[in-house]
Amino acid sequence: MSAQKLDVAHIANLARLDLNEEEIATFQSQLDKILAYVEKLSGLDVEGIEPTAHAIPVFDVMRDDVARPGFGLEKALRNAPRRVGDQFGVPKVIE
Amino acid sequence: MQLTLTEAQNDLRSGALSPRELVLGILDAANRLDGEIGGYLSIQRDAALAAAETADVSLPLGGIPIAIKDAIIVEDEPCAAASKILAGKYIAPYDASVISKLRAAGAIPLGRANMDEFAMGSSTENSGLQVTRNPWDTTRIPGGSSGGSAAVVAADEAIAALGSDTGGSIRQPAALCGCVGLKPSYGRVSRYGLIAFASSLDQIGPITKSSEDAAKILQVIAGPDPQDSTALEAPVPDLSAELEQGVKGLRIGLPKEYFIDGIDPDIRDRVDAAVKELEAQGAEIHEISLPHTEYAIATYYIIATAEASANLARFDGVRYGHRSDKADNLIDQYRRSREEGFGDEVKRRIILGTYVLSSGYYDQYYNRAQKVRTLIRKDFTDAFEKVDAIVCPTTPHPAFKLGEMADDPLQMYLADIFTIAANLAGLCGISTPCGTVNREGKELPVGLQILGKPLDEGTILRLSHSYEQATGFHKARPV
Repeated sequence: MSAQKLDVAHIANLARLDLNEEEIATFQSQLDKILAYVEKLSGLDVEGIEPTAHAIPVFDVMRDDVARPGFGLEKALRNAPRRVGDQFGVPKVIE
Repeated sequence: MQLTLTEAQNDLRSGALSPRELVLGILDAANRLDGEIGGYLSIQRDAALAAAETADVSLPLGGIPIAIKDAIIVEDEPCAAASKILAGKYIAPYDASVISKLRAAGAIPLGRANMDEFAMGSSTENSGLQVTRNPWDTTRIPGGSSGGSAAVVAADEAIAALGSDTGGSIRQPAALCGCVGLKPSYGRVSRYGLIAFASSLDQIGPITKSSEDAAKILQVIAGPDPQDSTALEAPVPDLSAELEQGVKGLRIGLPKEYFIDGIDPDIRDRVDAAVKELEAQGAEIHEISLPHTEYAIATYYIIATAEASANLARFDGVRYGHRSDKADNLIDQYRRSREEGFGDEVKRRIILGTYVLSSGYYDQYYNRAQKVRTLIRKDFTDAFEKVDAIVCPTTPHPAFKLGEMADDPLQMYLADIFTIAANLAGLCGISTPCGTVNREGKELPVGLQILGKPLDEGTILRLSHSYEQATGFHKARPV
């Protein structure tokens, strides 16, 4: 775990964030400091240790598959930035 | 309204106060005080008054108004997690499970409490919507991320509030505002209807004026939920009965790694005095060790940001929230909507979280942090074989000035040292007032944190309640 440089512009693209130049520069210096801090984990021997995903693991919780009322079309669509009929409108995806 | 929940309940049941008068009293207090404090983002006055008309005061929380952190949805009320990406653009389609449970117990959701955007922060300065001030000194932060919830309770603009805690976001603002804040164990309370930040860490819990009040709210909101498979089936004991059990014979651990240089000496002094008080009441004090303490913050910020980056992917401008009008294809619509809608801390954490999960870095960062989390959890499992509860400060410093840490996110993260381990290990934790320190002529509250085993809220409530009864520090109010 050597100190890698995080490429903010590249990661921002993966995360679908259209950062401006000023943000990229500010975040770069702040995140470099934070990453340098978290490097301390590299000093620990974790060989053979199981990862913890949840502090209190629960598995395969099931409930009965019973139909019950949902909140309906109008409530589902009322926060839509753009509504087209009974659907969410988005820019054209397929040429 | 200088009423605790228990006092309000007594007044409602004796007929000294009607539910409508109580709601009007809270609305009046908010009207008078909140211009300066800024704890509420909005209040649905008519809905609260309508609920008061039909309130059944014989129910467990009948007629009690409760302020709700802006991350928890209430049907037909706005919800924004204090983010511009949702503000003015989102009306919740259903009640969170905690809200359904509160309503079934007769409580009235009243007001949306300000917070750090998407609960990311320790000062509420990351709210995209407004500034919240500490009622004890309005030049200072109220803590965060549930800063609005703590501020309105401390200023007596609310009887009690709900917050959420991912790394200390209930306990830390409660400490800095002189309230009681209870983070239940992971799995104790359903998160259905809580806007997710880090799903393996988030819990909802109460911010109140006493441990007695916190027990009453937790009693109602705890328990399994068919809508959240992480809400455990484990039975919830009668917490109000647990409170009265006293502390005689309880074994308290003081982690040697927590009582170190870097803690404000006045805070150290108040916490030392609190430990002596618990000892005088018959608790046994033991030194314990949590050897992986120094790795907790790094572990937390890798896991929390990784989970946040995934959880916040849903804000894409398609189904709800802000949509940029400056994009002509779908990918640009995602990129621009998120850029325009999210604030700096949220963007910073999404980038860090995306990075630690990205191809080539996953094993170095995320997977390693999850393994260190196992070691941190084991520290606590080992400690709880020797003691029943762990006592330490909630925060290393009293509330700092607004703007003081704004440009240094790492310094802000480091102040979470005493609270984050409870989330990583799934423990329950409570912060209760243990006195004040004087800074620039103002009294600032100090929080005593008590951590307990998973699902052992009863024991930490016993300790905090017993301590409150002896000292009365929880009754202190800002002057």
